Amino acid sequence: MKKIWVTLPLAAFALSACVTINIYFPAAAAEKAADKIIDEVWQTQKADKPAANQPAAKETK
Amino acid sequence: MNAVLKLFVAIVALTAALNVFAAADLEVNTPGVNAIKQSMQARHTQLAGHYNSGAVGLTADGMVALRDAGAVPLAQRQAVNALVAAENNDRNALYAEIANANNHPEWQAEIRSTFAQRWIQRAQPGWWVQGSGGWKQK
Repeated sequence: MKKIWVTLPLAAFALSACVTINIYFPAAAAEKAADKIIDEVWQTQKADKPAANQPAAKETK
Repeated sequence: MNAVLKLFVAIVALTAALNVFAAADLEVNTPGVNAIKQSMQARHTQLAGHYNSGAVGLTADGMVALRDAGAVPLAQRQAVNALVAAENNDRNALYAEIANANNHPEWQAEIRSTFAQRWIQRAQPGWWVQGSGGWKQK
C-alpha cells in the first residue's frame, strides 16, 4: 500500500496540469472560432453550405 | 494494489480528457453571440459598399473606422457614421460575449486581437486595412 504515496502526488500533478492549461488562452481555437464567425457575418463561406443561406445576401454592384 | 493502479489510470484518463476539452474549443454558440452575429450580418450588406469604396476600413484593434469621409457623399455621411458606430458596438459586445461565454472575461483582449488579425487577413481585395504602418489597401 506504500505506492499510494507515489500515485497520489502524480495524480495531483496531472490535475494541476489540467488546471494550468485551462488558464491559457486557446489561440488556435480562437482563430478557428473567429473564422467561423467572420464567414457568417461576411457570408464568405465557400464549400460549406452555399445554398442554405438567404438568397438576398449577394452584393449587386 | 491493483485498485490503486486502476484509480490512477482513471484519474490520468480524466485529466487528459479535460485537457483536450479545455484546449480544443472556444464556445461561440450561445444565444448572445448568435444575436450579435445576426445583427452584424444584416449590417454587412450596407457596410460592404463602404469597404469597397475605401470610406470605411478595418482597424488594427478589431474595429471599423471611417477612414475617408470624402468617399461618402455629404448626404450619406451621417448614416455611415451611424453604421460604423453600431458596428463597433456590436464588435465590442461580441468580443466580451465570447469571453464571458467561456467563463474567461480576461480573454477579451486576446479574442479582440485574434479577431482583428482574422478580419484583416480575410478582407477582400480593394478593402482598406490598418497595419503597423498605417492604412493600406488589400
